[in-house]
Amino acid sequence: MGVKEGKGPQARWFDKILQDDYYGEKTFEKAESKLLKNSITMAIEKAGLKKQTIDVMLTGDLLNQLMSSSYMARDVSIPYLGLYGACSTMTESILLASVLVDGGFCTHTVAGASSHFATAERQFRMPLEHGNQRPPQAQWTATAAGAVTISQSLGRTDKPLCCITHGTVGRVVDPGITDTNFMGAAMAPAAFDTIRAHLTDTGRKSSDYDLILTGDLGRVGKKILLDLALKKSSQDEKDESVFRHFRKVYEDCGAIMYEDCQDTHAGGSGCGCSASIFAGRIVKEMRAGKYKRVLLVSTGALISTISKQQGETVPGIAHAVTVEVM
Amino acid sequence: MKFQKYANSFKDRPKYVSNCIKAFVAGGIICLIGHFIKDGFLSIGMNQETAGTWATVVLVCTAQLLTGFGVYDILGKLGGAGCSVPITGFANSVVAPAMEYKREGPVLGVGSKIFSLAGPVILLGLATSWAVGLIKWVLQIIF
Repeated sequence: MGVKEGKGPQARWFDKILQDDYYGEKTFEKAESKLLKNSITMAIEKAGLKKQTIDVMLTGDLLNQLMSSSYMARDVSIPYLGLYGACSTMTESILLASVLVDGGFCTHTVAGASSHFATAERQFRMPLEHGNQRPPQAQWTATAAGAVTISQSLGRTDKPLCCITHGTVGRVVDPGITDTNFMGAAMAPAAFDTIRAHLTDTGRKSSDYDLILTGDLGRVGKKILLDLALKKSSQDEKDESVFRHFRKVYEDCGAIMYEDCQDTHAGGSGCGCSASIFAGRIVKEMRAGKYKRVLLVSTGALISTISKQQGETVPGIAHAVTVEVM
Repeated sequence: MKFQKYANSFKDRPKYVSNCIKAFVAGGIICLIGHFIKDGFLSIGMNQETAGTWATVVLVCTAQLLTGFGVYDILGKLGGAGCSVPITGFANSVVAPAMEYKREGPVLGVGSKIFSLAGPVILLGLATSWAVGLIKWVLQIIF
């Protein structure tokens, strides 16, 4: 995790907090790559595996041509599939890794994602030293990386293990937002669509989950998603039963990443946001017995610097995976 | 558009009044400092035009240094338009990308990106001055 994230309310869950956002490297891109590399290596070590035994790793980040992931993959030399799902990459990679393992194609896989405030800022927004004001709805790209190993079996372990039991691939939903600072609003309908599809497909209700965790809707996006759920519930009887108690079990990684006083405005964003909170906090809490069944819904705003300049709207996407303690 | 309106109702409104006051004060302070510098140059015997030019040079250099020391972005965040409209804001918008792209080398990095923010201002500023000049010239011929 980066310096700012290390001063936030989630700090105690993270395995490593940087003293400097350059992480001893010459560029922020290299720092992000190193961050991802370390979290991948730690995930493999914690699972008691060796990197030679990993059949494939699926990772992604926010940069053009997946710079951080690809250079990380060059250094660790594990078979690699690069993924881009904007900030939804963590669930995209977990979902695909689970499918590979469940289908019997792989025994051990690693899924991960990373983001870095400085690299994302430079690619999508303004130079760091430029004196400007961010609007209240803007979010702060988290300097963070997270990774998990997904295996067919790890044998006996002293603590219970988490299993991926369901996955829902999300549709791209474009609510027509043109303000690229307002990503929470651009992603909330996609998150709602995926959660609804997931609950309908599995025949479950939101109360069947101990926690439904979206990726990086932030404080504003979280409010919108809660309102969308409430509105649909009041319009449709079926939705009403599906989304009953949704408010009780729902939380957002972006909204809990920073303290209000950390000047991030609407909260955190970036692939690293849901990756680090899921891998750092939720998995640990599940294994300690706090949650039995969690729905992780990483959300992504599918913007590019070109689409933004050409005046296109910001389409949102969200993928969901159910994680259960076995 | 309907959703945009709905979504807007959830976001915090920017603090227009306090932001305007902050911008007014910040911009005023920068201009006041500029004026003091100009008066200083006038007092050592420079004429109006030379003193004005030198005051601009001092303001621009100071803003560049403050950008380099990582201070101007904090001022910009506090002062908003008050810090970006004066010439110091223009200096910041040139130095900030230059610093950002230092690692990409002096030619393809700094060289090609230095005017990425200030370039449109320069181009459109020149275009506007041409247009205004043209109108003045036409009016002079007619009247």
